[in-house]
Amino acid sequence: MVSATPIDRHADKFVHLQGVEQAFATKQGRFVALRDIDLAIAKGEFITLIGHSGCGKSTLLNLIAGLTVPTAGALICDGREIAKPGPERAVVFQNHSLLPWLTCFGNIHLAVEKVFGAKEGKARLKARTDAALALVGLAHAAAKYPHEISGGMKQRVGIARALSMEPKVLLMDEPFGALDALTRAKLQDELLKICEATRATVVMVTHDVDEAVLLADRVVMLNNGPAATIGEILPVPLARPRDRLALAADPTYLACRQAVLTFLYEKQRHPQPLAA
Amino acid sequence: MESSAPATPSETPRPALLSGKMGKEGQGSDALLRLVKAVLPPLLGLAAFVAIWYVATLSGGSGIPGPVATWQEAVKLFGDPFYRNTPNDQGIGWNVLASLQRVGIGFGIAAAVGIPLGFLIGRFDFLARMLSPIISLLRPVSPLAWLPIGLLVFKKADPAATWTLFICSIWPMILNTAAGVKQVPQDYLNVARVLALSEWQVFTRILLPAVLPAVLTGVRLSIGVAWLVIVAAEMLTGGVGIGFWVWDEWNNLNVAHILIAIGVIGIVGLLLDQGLMLLAKRFTFESR
Ligand SMILES: Nc1ncnc2c1ncn2[C@@H]1O[C@H](COP(=O)(O)OP(=O)(O)OP(=O)(O)O)[C@@H](O)[C@H]1O
Ligand SMILES: [Mg+2]
Repeated sequence: MVSATPIDRHADKFVHLQGVEQAFATKQGRFVALRDIDLAIAKGEFITLIGHSGCGKSTLLNLIAGLTVPTAGALICDGREIAKPGPERAVVFQNHSLLPWLTCFGNIHLAVEKVFGAKEGKARLKARTDAALALVGLAHAAAKYPHEISGGMKQRVGIARALSMEPKVLLMDEPFGALDALTRAKLQDELLKICEATRATVVMVTHDVDEAVLLADRVVMLNNGPAATIGEILPVPLARPRDRLALAADPTYLACRQAVLTFLYEKQRHPQPLAA
Repeated sequence: MESSAPATPSETPRPALLSGKMGKEGQGSDALLRLVKAVLPPLLGLAAFVAIWYVATLSGGSGIPGPVATWQEAVKLFGDPFYRNTPNDQGIGWNVLASLQRVGIGFGIAAAVGIPLGFLIGRFDFLARMLSPIISLLRPVSPLAWLPIGLLVFKKADPAATWTLFICSIWPMILNTAAGVKQVPQDYLNVARVLALSEWQVFTRILLPAVLPAVLTGVRLSIGVAWLVIVAAEMLTGGVGIGFWVWDEWNNLNVAHILIAIGVIGIVGLLLDQGLMLLAKRFTFESR
């Protein structure tokens, strides 16, 4: 299947998931979290991934990141099978995963150093790190340690770390979950700007329907687990750049929003008894 | 070093301390209260200890000197801690230093072997399962059981004592380091994988800082054990050292000196422990 992907279709199948299944060996036996996941993501596309808690969104993101290998099926990125993680597919972890012994600056600098250290001088690396911090509005917290900053600030450092790597694919697991509405809106706008500038491909997990529609080219909705599949894929045919205020009354926007809400609260109304 | 004689501080300084602080009451009786609360119980404990000691030795029948006699001996002893008459008759300062040096060497070699071994055991499950039966078997053995082996192999008392210290202080470091490596959160390793850090970078940038607190705990326990064992080892091997000194004073029937030695051993052990505790604090990060 890998070699069957023609070279000239890289652009619209930049990230390609084919028949992906992920099962875990648990004490109660084999637990199938995801199955039959087929998804082709075009280069530069912004995908949001939505579904009830525990349906397998993080699991899917981990697969694309290469942190886990699927029990069946294949994942391809840029014409190559995803075998292991790498900085070209940066991850914003759901729990931010900052290293507690490094400052905010240090956490980002580690990533910058790893990605650009071979070809750029020290001053340039520092400038990149500072720029990433400034981008998420945390220039003042550069010298602080993760335990000294709030949950939302930690998430922003995690985002800055991922963005600083200038990845081809940006994988974000509820990156704005712990943020207040204002900061969230500001970072969403920043993210859209960055993605337009860098043409990065983004897969972002979210619980927020508005966020899913506002940011996405397509909203991928997962059914409830176990053995979750893709329930619906909703294209969001809204022009970019998008203006959140204007969109609030836009019929297309409202229709998309309605579609996602319907999926979540009518078709998938009965989530699994809270498992995880 | 005068504090080594437990007799002194309890009775006199307490009123002095209180009255001294009383003057500042206007500034903050809260701070004063907290100070009193912090200082009073340990002082009372010490005072009670000395009082019991005093009463118990009042009759003099047991051969154990009372606090006053011990204190007078201690003043004499610490008046000249660094004299050297014969190899077997040296000041208490030299004896303590000799013991510390032995502990340092034995512990140092143990750290050089035990910490890397702990890392390997923590990182490679195969190695862990290979070595765990041996470690479980040897760890509970009294280190002194290893002394004859040391004597046999090294033919001399000094390296044999070092060898004993090595054996006794290696286990806490192996076990704590290995446990620390195993407990490194998967999150940190995931970050390392996404950044595609090399195995060496994973070690220096992730594992080492993440495990350092556990390593330091191991070091603290090790030094504690080594300091426990040194006295017994030196009693058996002789030479210079606080353990030998205790034994020598026993042969001289100088019980006051033995009591002083016990105080000194306790205080040095306490200082080692507190020093390492400070060091550990310095390198411990707050996780979230
Ligand atoms: N390592 C694992 N071993 C066993 N089961 C797992 C493992 N990881 C995830 N699961 C299970 O797979 C399912 C999906 O988990 P996942 O973390 O992907 O959910 P999620 O959609 O990200 O949820 P949330 O929105 O709460 O973050 C859950 O039922 C979870 O219990
Ligand atoms: Mg999740």
